[in-house]
Amino acid sequence: MSAYKDIINNGLWKNNPATVQLLGLCPLLAVSSTVVNALGLGIATMLVLVVSNATVSLIRKYVRDEIRIPVFVVVIAVAVTIIKILMQAFFYDLYLIIGLFVALITTNCVIIARAEAFASKNNVFQSSLDGFFMGLGFTVVLVILGAFRELIGFGTLFQQMNLLFGEGAHWLQITVFENYDGFLLTILPPGAFIGLGLIIALKNVIDNRLKQKVSDGLPQTAT
Amino acid sequence: MTSISKNMFINAVFLGIFTIAGTAIVAFTFEKTEQRIVDNKRDYKLRKLHELIPPDMHDNDLNTDTKIVRDALLARDADMTVYRARKNNKPVAAIIECIAPDGYSGKIRLLVAVNLDGSLAGVRVTEHLETPGLGDAIEANKSDWINIFEDKSLDKPEPRNWRVRRDGGEFDQITSATITSRAVVKVTYNVLEYFKVNQKSLFN
Repeated sequence: MSAYKDIINNGLWKNNPATVQLLGLCPLLAVSSTVVNALGLGIATMLVLVVSNATVSLIRKYVRDEIRIPVFVVVIAVAVTIIKILMQAFFYDLYLIIGLFVALITTNCVIIARAEAFASKNNVFQSSLDGFFMGLGFTVVLVILGAFRELIGFGTLFQQMNLLFGEGAHWLQITVFENYDGFLLTILPPGAFIGLGLIIALKNVIDNRLKQKVSDGLPQTAT
Repeated sequence: MTSISKNMFINAVFLGIFTIAGTAIVAFTFEKTEQRIVDNKRDYKLRKLHELIPPDMHDNDLNTDTKIVRDALLARDADMTVYRARKNNKPVAAIIECIAPDGYSGKIRLLVAVNLDGSLAGVRVTEHLETPGLGDAIEANKSDWINIFEDKSLDKPEPRNWRVRRDGGEFDQITSATITSRAVVKVTYNVLEYFKVNQKSLFN
């Protein structure tokens, strides 16, 4: 059971792809200007991770070591292409906004890193789970960053959620600051870097606090 | 066969099998969704056109009733599409594609809808590289600035007032994006002039 706990903890916190492994920064920084874009790309990345991890795990016994990397690349490229095609078919408006970055998921190092480091050594179920939680960890950071940038940059939260959830979702938009002029810096790329820096800093602060608590509680075992 | 070339051969075959399988899956997905994607693209375009000319104003198919034109007033050295709206086979309005060459960071592509009487039905930006948060206020879903052109025409306001306020004209510029606003105002005026001269031939 603890294996699963580790998988979840690794994906969401301890080994989070965005704040610890620092992988996949290109889409992370480019698409996090609003919550809806962040969520869209996050879900797409998560799908690719689950599909590629599961496939890699399924074929791991048949792939000879010498050619495993090219095979992983093929698997990932296929998964991304299919998700891109499906997005064009079913979420066309969202595709128009984040389509370019969906193609870039192919180059998101998180995916090949998980294929190589985890899926090629573990069973299908664990690998899918790892893909899901790594993707979720990535998505959560992406959405937090998106919320931060949207809130400060536009003064709103959840604008244009209709792109993801259909026309009925307009009501989700929260205008936090009325007559807000916007704050350009957070919408532009530097804002993404600053935002991610703050998130990583916050995570480290929490980690240090937790560590301190543990060592305070057990002073005799702390070395 | 030596063991190296045997290994190479086996690996190549394996890699080949995986590639073929992958390609087959992609091809299958594409085949199954192709029609839907084509429909999506067409619907999207039509929806954009209908923002300018509402569906009840015309009864022809805007997507197919088009004409390719080339004129320095619309764009430098590029073919532009004109979508023609008709009702009962009588011309109603034209949606003219154009490019403003002088945006803040390059070209701005627009659709300008002109009623038969020479008044503007509306303007929409379709492609641009203007600064996010400033110049992108020319997009209809970011701000309603672009609606300042509604009902305007060549003599309303008079030609010397067809400028942004900063230049002594009548149109409000977008704050901190005067160059962007200026480019859009200018090209819109040019399209109106183009329409006035070419109105007859446009609908043939």
